[in-house]
Amino acid sequence: MSKQKCENSSYQTKNKTNTVTLRNWTTAWLITMAIAAFAPKYIWEFNTALTITAVLINLAVGFKMLIVNRDYLRGLDEMQRTILLEAMALALGVGLVIGLSYELLEDIKLITYQPEMPHIVFLMVITYGLAVISGHRKYQ
Amino acid sequence: MKNRLKVLRAERDWTQAQLASALEVSRQTINAIEKGKFDPSLPLAFKAARLFNLTIEEIFQDQVETV
Repeated sequence: MSKQKCENSSYQTKNKTNTVTLRNWTTAWLITMAIAAFAPKYIWEFNTALTITAVLINLAVGFKMLIVNRDYLRGLDEMQRTILLEAMALALGVGLVIGLSYELLEDIKLITYQPEMPHIVFLMVITYGLAVISGHRKYQ
Repeated sequence: MKNRLKVLRAERDWTQAQLASALEVSRQTINAIEKGKFDPSLPLAFKAARLFNLTIEEIFQDQVETV
């Protein structure tokens, strides 16, 4: 059989661009989050106008990051999208179930400290990461 | 679902990366489809059929279990 040439596609290029864009917006969101969290105390001594501005910028960058993440997901191929959607569903489920139980622990006096939101976020990030790795192994 | 993707690709001397590029998916997806671990969507199956100039049934076969 004679050799046929495959057409070149822009999939890899588009995927790479989307990944870089998502990384940049995630970094920007983390930076604006850090500014909103620490600058009022350490830089502008709780100036209300500056603090509100920092929070609004953080929210705006956060929403842009969500849109970029949606575009990133849409740019993936169907198998990769399936892996990520399954991982997100698991992370959300684990966050909801364990988060509510964790919150309950203080109410029913099983723990003495206030449950912290970052603990749940950390758990969801770990769950998501492990689910993505597991998904890739499943289809290897 | 069984498929002849690996055979068709080998006949044309294409790599998985080249086929992935032609079908606008990742190489990992081509690998998973060839191994039967991932079933492609209908649009992707049609795209593969157009690429190889075959019908979908000539590439993908349903695995009906006979008792």
